[in-house]
Amino acid sequence: MATAFSATLPLHGSQENRLLLPPTRLAPPPPSSSFLGSTRSLPIRSLNHAHASRRSPVFAVQEVVKDKKKPTNSLLITKEEGLVLYEDMILGRSFEDMCAQMYYRGKMFGFVHLYNGQEAVSTGFIKLLTQSDSVVSTYRDHVHALSKGVSARAVMSELFGKVTGCCRGQGGSMHMFSKEHNVLGGFAFIGEGIPVATGAAFTSKYKREVLKQDCEDVTVAFFGDGTCNNGQFYECLNMAALYKLPIIFVVENNLWAIGMSHLRSTSDPEIWKKGPAFGMPGVHVDGMDVLKVREVAKEAVGRARRGEGPTLVECETYRFRGHSLADPDELRDAAEKAKYAARDPITALKKYLVENKLANEGELKSIEKKIDELVEEAVEFADASPQPGRSQLLENVFADPKGFGIGPDGRYRCEDPKFTEGTAQV
Amino acid sequence: MSAIIHGAGAATALSTFNFKTLVAPCRTNIPGRSKRCIVAAGSDDDASKSFGSSILTVRHSQKLIANAVATKADMSATTGTGHELLLFEALQEGLEEEMDRDPHVCVMGEDVGHYGGSYKVTKGLADKFGDLRVLDTPICENAFTGMGIGAAMTGLRPVIEGMNMGFLLLAFNQISNNCGMLHYTSGGQFTIPVVIRGPGGVGRQLGAEHSQRLESYFQSIPGIQMVACSTPYNAKGLMKAAIRSENPVILFEHVLLYNLKEKIPDEEYICNLEEAEMVRPGEHITILTYSRMRYHVMQAAKTLVNKGYDPEVIDIRSLKPFDLYTIGNSVKKTHRVLIVEECMRTGGIGASLTAAINENFHDYLDAPVMCLSSQDVPTPYAGTLEEWTVVQPAQIVTAVEQLCQ
Repeated sequence: MATAFSATLPLHGSQENRLLLPPTRLAPPPPSSSFLGSTRSLPIRSLNHAHASRRSPVFAVQEVVKDKKKPTNSLLITKEEGLVLYEDMILGRSFEDMCAQMYYRGKMFGFVHLYNGQEAVSTGFIKLLTQSDSVVSTYRDHVHALSKGVSARAVMSELFGKVTGCCRGQGGSMHMFSKEHNVLGGFAFIGEGIPVATGAAFTSKYKREVLKQDCEDVTVAFFGDGTCNNGQFYECLNMAALYKLPIIFVVENNLWAIGMSHLRSTSDPEIWKKGPAFGMPGVHVDGMDVLKVREVAKEAVGRARRGEGPTLVECETYRFRGHSLADPDELRDAAEKAKYAARDPITALKKYLVENKLANEGELKSIEKKIDELVEEAVEFADASPQPGRSQLLENVFADPKGFGIGPDGRYRCEDPKFTEGTAQV
Repeated sequence: MSAIIHGAGAATALSTFNFKTLVAPCRTNIPGRSKRCIVAAGSDDDASKSFGSSILTVRHSQKLIANAVATKADMSATTGTGHELLLFEALQEGLEEEMDRDPHVCVMGEDVGHYGGSYKVTKGLADKFGDLRVLDTPICENAFTGMGIGAAMTGLRPVIEGMNMGFLLLAFNQISNNCGMLHYTSGGQFTIPVVIRGPGGVGRQLGAEHSQRLESYFQSIPGIQMVACSTPYNAKGLMKAAIRSENPVILFEHVLLYNLKEKIPDEEYICNLEEAEMVRPGEHITILTYSRMRYHVMQAAKTLVNKGYDPEVIDIRSLKPFDLYTIGNSVKKTHRVLIVEECMRTGGIGASLTAAINENFHDYLDAPVMCLSSQDVPTPYAGTLEEWTVVQPAQIVTAVEQLCQ
């Protein structure tokens, strides 16, 4: 599509010269969100500066935060908010550590992917959402479910494969769902959840525009750096921007897709730049800092609620453990791990709270103790819960079990008494 | 769980079988032939109608010849209420009625909106319901099928159109993993009431990729239902039933059947998703078929009747799950089965059906189940070659003669 800028741009110019605003916008839009507002100050560089350092068209949130800090000189969070964030991150960390313990004790099996180190992203985004907002995740979904409000008991029972699990033991680690809290999964294949998230956002828009209901629900889709090379990602970026869906695409870039380094698999590793190519802002944020993530999230969620469309947020983060509990994690450099361990989001928040006198050590310790007890209790509950019975085998395959069809005797198979016992032939 | 379906007794329904509003299968516990609340292309109790069900008086071959073929012959004979339309119009009517009835029903697909659908099934709907309810998507099957599934999980009832069923291969990830499985892996928390529909089958020299029959690819996916429509009557009925169903349903249409004309009732009706349709009752052999092959079979039936055979033709309609009751009753009566399908030979619907019949009704068979399917070749472009890849009426006649020896 020809734009006013195409005359000045070389066809194969370096990336710095490429105007990273959506091409349809010939004039900068009014700054209803600081993402778009900050692009006005970006000059178009000439060819001579081909090798100048890359400037993001959307300032990294450090700038946003600085801008905000300057006038008011106040803190980013209140005490209550700080404690909520702290507790959520501690819950995520303790829970995942307990999962590892339980796995090695043989209480859960299969593929278990832990979230240690990435808590800032989950807490930063999800604690801004309401119950009716939706969250879609990947296989690394325990903490997303917990942040959204699913009880630790339900998640732990699900991991143990018990009836009291959030999915009745039928989903497992990679399929955390909750209708009550609008957690739409939990997907095993990467990229699979992004279209589902797009659909949930579509429903919000549909409710507003067709059903004329008051619906401000947004959807947040979490996925990793590896997913950003997958076609579903791009297809959904296109549709979300096209239909202006209330969705936020959150990339948890932890630099590794099992053993494949992001830099080895991606032609342009800066994922946030892919947003403007589709007509939405792309933001890069330090994903090890929950406050920075939260500030970006506020903007992105606000944009979506106001009907301004989607945002792509790339969070630079790191997983302290291997890809899954089966991964020996021998490939990653120890120095890299140490570097990120020093940026542990929980330690950082603790430091912030204590230094800014929002909380004292004692209060934080009591939160940690409370969470420890909660997680212990969750394990006990899961241990004590029953395993699913045979009768559960054929339930839930169809919402309408007539879908199993009509048997040779003329009755629907679901009417067969053996069906509820789980032994019917279907 | 849904309630048990009860229906009217068979005896009362026979002669006055008209256009009842049918929401449930008419089923009784009386053994023997029960009434199937399906097809009544004509109006009333004219027993010679080819699509009448279970009319016990049908015996005279002379009457049957005239009605052994497609509906076109019936047009002049019908009187009474009803209106005539083409199959794609019937689909459109069903879709429009459901969209009127429930504002959560929406359509998404390529060119469904402003273009009216590549086979005109959604013609006029965008003008009536708006661009969001009849959504023109970009060309990204995987993503918009997934979007439909996400929308279904959160309260809408999308009808996803694949411009050609072959394109659904691109959406296979979403259909298999999400559409079929999410209800189960979420422990029953989320339902996915989508309808995925589109034309498939061998057309007129459309080439290999546009002539695919994907019924067999989807059959193993747990959690979905598959139906194939073949007449305007069952097209509208199945469309409506599929939209109302809480399960994900894949509705297979056929490119060559869109212009079939038939008179359908004015009153509202739906067809049962799990039932098969008795096309022509008979005594000598059971011929099971679906979609376009139904017409090849009926054409062969004309020849067979002239030769003195009395084939029973059943349009299985429900490809997953199979209606083993109708099929079983037929097998128990005739003891010979011929399956005629357009699907590929290897791993096709016919292969599954053969296995199911052998497993359940082995004792009733006098001869091995014979299955006529398309050749295991990519559909060639050349007309002559294309003709030889699908089953032709002459082959059906030969097969019946062979089985009935």
